[in-house]
Amino acid sequence: MSRLRHMMSPLDFSTDELDRLFDVAGDIEHNMGAYAHACDGRIMATCFYEPSTRTRLSFETAMLRLGGKTIGFADASNSSASKGESVSDTIRVISCFADICAMRHPKEGAPMVAAEKSLIPVINAGDGGHQHPTQTLTDLLTIRSLYGSLSGFTIGLCGDLKFGRTVHSLINALSRYQNIHFIFISPQELRVPDYITEMLSSKGITYEEVVRLEDVMPRLDLLYMTRVQKERFFNEEDYIRLKGFYVLDKAKMQLAKKEMFVLHPLPRVNEISVDIDDDPRAAYFRQVQYGLYVRMALILTLLDLTDEHMNEGLLKTY
Amino acid sequence: MLNVGKIEEGFVLDHIQAGKSMAIYHHLGLDKLDCTVAIIKNARSGKMGKKDILKVECDIDTLDLDVLAFIDHNITVNVIKDGVIVEKRALILPREIHGVIRCHNPRCISSIEQELPHIFYLADEANEIYRCKYCDEKYTDNDADFIS
Repeated sequence: MSRLRHMMSPLDFSTDELDRLFDVAGDIEHNMGAYAHACDGRIMATCFYEPSTRTRLSFETAMLRLGGKTIGFADASNSSASKGESVSDTIRVISCFADICAMRHPKEGAPMVAAEKSLIPVINAGDGGHQHPTQTLTDLLTIRSLYGSLSGFTIGLCGDLKFGRTVHSLINALSRYQNIHFIFISPQELRVPDYITEMLSSKGITYEEVVRLEDVMPRLDLLYMTRVQKERFFNEEDYIRLKGFYVLDKAKMQLAKKEMFVLHPLPRVNEISVDIDDDPRAAYFRQVQYGLYVRMALILTLLDLTDEHMNEGLLKTY
Repeated sequence: MLNVGKIEEGFVLDHIQAGKSMAIYHHLGLDKLDCTVAIIKNARSGKMGKKDILKVECDIDTLDLDVLAFIDHNITVNVIKDGVIVEKRALILPREIHGVIRCHNPRCISSIEQELPHIFYLADEANEIYRCKYCDEKYTDNDADFIS
C-alpha cells in the first residue's frame, strides 16, 4: 500500500512530481473521456468552512468528471463546527465516509491539522491568507501549457503584491525553476514583502521592483494581474485610492509582446478591462479550465490511481 | 563582591544576558524543582559587561536544552561533578520546539483547536528565525508568550 499523501503547499511536491502531475493534467485536457470512470465508486468530501464558489465547484466538478461522487458542506454554519467540533474530530469522522477530502478553512493551518489526523488524503483548498496550493498548481499548469515551459521567461506580477497569497505562493513555486526574471509592479504601499525578495536574492534569482506597468510591458512574457482586496484594508480611503492604481486596458496591451499571456486568479474587479477579454493573450478564463484539469490530476495522484490508468493504456506519455 | 558558594553536583548556566535569568528560571521549570538554585544577576563580565548566572544543584538531564537553546544559544552550560566542571554542553538551535511558546496570529488554527500543541520550526538558521508550523507566522521577541 502506498504512503498516504496530502497537498498542503505546492512545495510538498518535488518539481519532478509536479511535472508528472502536469503530464496527467495535460492528458486529461486532450483525453477527458478516457478518465470518465477513473474514480468510479470513490467519494470526495468538500469541507468548506467558508464560502468559495469557484474553488468548491472546481473540486466537485473534477471529482464528478472522474466518475466519482461528492459530499460536503459549503459553509461552517452547515457543519458540526457550529456545535464546537474540532477540525481533528471532523476529519476523523469524514475519513469514515469519504476517500479524499478538500478542505477550505478561515483559520490558517487548519487543513494541516486535519491531515495529521486523517486516514484519507487531504487537499488544502485555501486556509485564510496562508496557502492556496491548487491555485498555484493551476497557475503553473497554465504557464506550462501556454508558454510551453516553466523556465526561461520574464514574468510581471502586478497589483497587490503585499497581501496577495496567490502571488507569494506562485513566486515560491517558480523560484525552483531556471532562468526566471521577476518584475514586481505595485504601488509603494503594496510592495512584495522583504522575506520574498530576500529568498530570491539568496537563490541568485533576479528581480526588479517598479511602479509603472507601462514601463515594463514590452519586456514581459507573462503578466500576472491581481485584485486589490478590500478586506485587507482598515482604511476605506486607502482602498479606493489603490484599487484604481492599475487597470489593464487595450492601450497597455498594445505595448506588450504579441505572445504575452495575461493571467489572473479571479475574481477581478476593475483591474482588467472587459475590452481585452477577447484578446487571444487574455488567458484568465482558460486558467480556470486548467484549474479543473490540475485538480482532476491531483485527485488521481493522491488516490494513487494514475499508474493504474497508465497500465490500462489510458494515459499517453508526453 | 558578593560570594556564592560552588556546587558539588549539578550545572551552571553562564553568560546569560543580564536580566534574563528570571525568565530562564521559569521557562526551564526550575521553580518546580526541589533543589538548590542560585540566581546571580548583573555579575561583572569581561566579555559581556554584565551577565546573569544560574547555579542549579540537580541532574543535568532534568534540563530541557532545546528550550534553553531557543531562548539563547550563546549561554554556556557547565556540568559539575565533585565540585569541578566535567563537561561543557554546546547549545544547538532546535529544529522544532513543542509547547514552549504560543503563536500570536489570531488567524492561526492553534488559536481555537482544542489541545493542539504549539509547534515552531527553525525556518532560517542563519538569522535564527522560527515560524509557526501551522500558519508560518514569524516568532519575534516582542510578542513572546511562553507557555508556563
